[in-house]
Amino acid sequence: MTADLPTPGAGAIPLWRDLRVLRIAAQVAAIVGVGLLAAFLVGNMLSAMESRGLGFGFSFLTRQAGFEISESPVPFAATDTYGRAFVVGILNTLFVSIVGIVLATVLGIVVGVARLSTNWLVIKIAGGYVELIRNTPLLVQLFFIYFALIQLPPVAEAFALGSIGFLSQRGVFLPGPGMAPGFGAWVVFAILGIVAVIAAHVVAGRLEERGQSSHRLRAIGFAALLGLPVVGWFVVGGALVFELPVRERFNFVGGLALSPEFTALLVGLVIYTAAFIGEVVRGGIQAVKRGQVEAARALGLSERQVLRLVIFPQAMRIIVPPLTSQYLNLTKNSSLAVAIGYPDLFKVGQTMSNQTGQPVPVMILVMGTYLAISLVTSLLMNVYNRRVQVIER
Amino acid sequence: MTAETLPPPSTVIGPGAWLRRNLFSSPLNSLVTVVLGAAIAWMAIGIAGWAIGEARWGVVTGNLRLFLVGQYPGEQVWRIWLSLAILSVLAGISAGAFGRVTRTLAMTLSATQLLLAMLMLASPIGAVGVVAYAGNAALVWVGFVVGVRGHAPRRPLTWAWVVSLPVIFLLVAGFAGTPFESIRSNVWGGLLLTVLLASVGIVLSFPLGVLLALGRRSSLPVVRILSTGYIEFIRGVPLVTILFMADIILPLFLPGDWRLDRVARAMGGISLFSAAYVAENVRGGLQAVASGQVEAAHALGLSTFRTNLHIVLPQALRDVIPANVGLFISLLKDTTLVTIIGLLELLGISRAVLAQSGSFGASLEVYIFVAGVFFVLCYAMSQASYRLERQLGVGER
Repeated sequence: MTADLPTPGAGAIPLWRDLRVLRIAAQVAAIVGVGLLAAFLVGNMLSAMESRGLGFGFSFLTRQAGFEISESPVPFAATDTYGRAFVVGILNTLFVSIVGIVLATVLGIVVGVARLSTNWLVIKIAGGYVELIRNTPLLVQLFFIYFALIQLPPVAEAFALGSIGFLSQRGVFLPGPGMAPGFGAWVVFAILGIVAVIAAHVVAGRLEERGQSSHRLRAIGFAALLGLPVVGWFVVGGALVFELPVRERFNFVGGLALSPEFTALLVGLVIYTAAFIGEVVRGGIQAVKRGQVEAARALGLSERQVLRLVIFPQAMRIIVPPLTSQYLNLTKNSSLAVAIGYPDLFKVGQTMSNQTGQPVPVMILVMGTYLAISLVTSLLMNVYNRRVQVIER
Repeated sequence: MTAETLPPPSTVIGPGAWLRRNLFSSPLNSLVTVVLGAAIAWMAIGIAGWAIGEARWGVVTGNLRLFLVGQYPGEQVWRIWLSLAILSVLAGISAGAFGRVTRTLAMTLSATQLLLAMLMLASPIGAVGVVAYAGNAALVWVGFVVGVRGHAPRRPLTWAWVVSLPVIFLLVAGFAGTPFESIRSNVWGGLLLTVLLASVGIVLSFPLGVLLALGRRSSLPVVRILSTGYIEFIRGVPLVTILFMADIILPLFLPGDWRLDRVARAMGGISLFSAAYVAENVRGGLQAVASGQVEAAHALGLSTFRTNLHIVLPQALRDVIPANVGLFISLLKDTTLVTIIGLLELLGISRAVLAQSGSFGASLEVYIFVAGVFFVLCYAMSQASYRLERQLGVGER
């Protein structure tokens, strides 16, 4: 009777029902499909570029740019290359993003804590701020702020902030740090301080492993970190000089000058992102179980200790991953700079693309740079995240 | 034991106690309250004085039609009113039949249209617009009554929504040779374009996002790598660069005789962009489905396709609805970015209006109006999402 059944073995399953074959076939089909699509698109692009007599390549990067960039952390002139212009764009994006992230974190923590305040008015104001900002588009806010800034009085009638800064339609002018002659020598003191605190940390760790007290050593380390630069400051007679902006006929000179474009972008990004960070912070603090706080109080910890030793470390675990994505959002949102004319990465890229007629290579560079910034930020935050997560034993 | 009920101590309840507890609980708190209260009052008086006295709201009401529909031909605007009427009735019936969350949305739709009708009173569009919008606002309530009384069955209603979207799109875009003459998308603008971009974006990106999420969890390495690569690439770059690709670079990549109009390319760019974010939301939902569900389905002899369709996706998608509403809110806000590539949606048309000589210097009024429109729409949706979250009990199971 068993002779009627198919013999078990290789021929038992037809090829089109064999899961192993199907899996490989599906993947080959996926590769071929994507490959054909890419070949079709790239082929079209190459022939389109050829018919315009432009070709395709990155050789334009070494050519003279021929356009000015309104602000740059490094010297730039129209006679510099496209490559240098692109670097200026990257630096401008990084500059506004890093300053924005620091300020947005500070403001965001304030907002998040304010929403958990015991004062009704503070809760309502923080809540209103968060709802208002989160439910309107960033671009509208940027236009609004930029418009308000260029409505400020001209230089001759600028608002004075005390006697140290000015607000005018040409931008914000604040006292800025400049290097004094002894700056180099002072840096040596600062580095010595950092080396001292690291050394103290390492030695203290060893002592703790042997069960010995390390408090005094750590204290000495921190004293060195803070004290050496202070001592150095007096030894070299001041490492930094603060220049005050001085009003001249048409503009201010000296100090730290922030253009209206930069100020609008920075203020807009900070206000917008802080509303989101505020919600992240609030969620993190609220997620710490009540019992944890009650237990800590029952153990006799002071309110400050409860906050520092119980709430904060646990809240950080919840806060860090969403905080990372807010930092990434801020960096990506800085590309809205193009709408108000701050020369960030995208804006410079757009100008380059218009001038060279090479939009594809330029966009490869621009998108690649944004991707790299995103990846590095995620990487750094992941390292930090691993430090604050629970170490399961 | 005395039978007499003592009055509550005045220090615990009552307005005085409330003030003491919430505003003046400590000297520091009292100081904060006084300083902040004074600052808020000062600002409120200043803003109110400006809004009533100096602000030129005429720039907003005078150009209301541009803000709402852009350069859409005036004699065809009834097609948009008809579309809104369809939406209003459907929203009303749904509010009656489904309740709760849809009720918030229907009320918002009704209230918004009523507000627009009132704005129309001050605008050159006049009585026709007032009647159209007020009528649509009323239609929501008619639909609501029908929905409550008629016990509208849920499934046909869902299908009505699915069908209504292409119908509305055709109504707005038109078709050559029918009474609804074709209207080229380069005249679409204002709030109409904003809403169309966002709706098309979410409708197209949702299926694509689900596919990408499934692809990212696939056991086939090639599919997984391609999906993950796409998702991470899109999430790593700003939307502006994607829009720039869609506007400037896509025509280069297509054969020379293929012509896609700019609005379609922007819609494509927005959809491809938000698909990656939908995928990440859906992936979260997929991960929350217990692996026993999949194993049980396979044990019952369901194929992978059927397991996903009937077992995994229904459970996963339900969990991610609130997150996707959040995504839709950011998508709606992000449509303003098409201003940068020169489309005249609500923000773009405002910039165009501000460039007219008559509206010089009225930027604050116009931007406040635009921000207000977005605020109403986004706030209503976020409230609906918040309620939905509690209704579905996400995170409580």
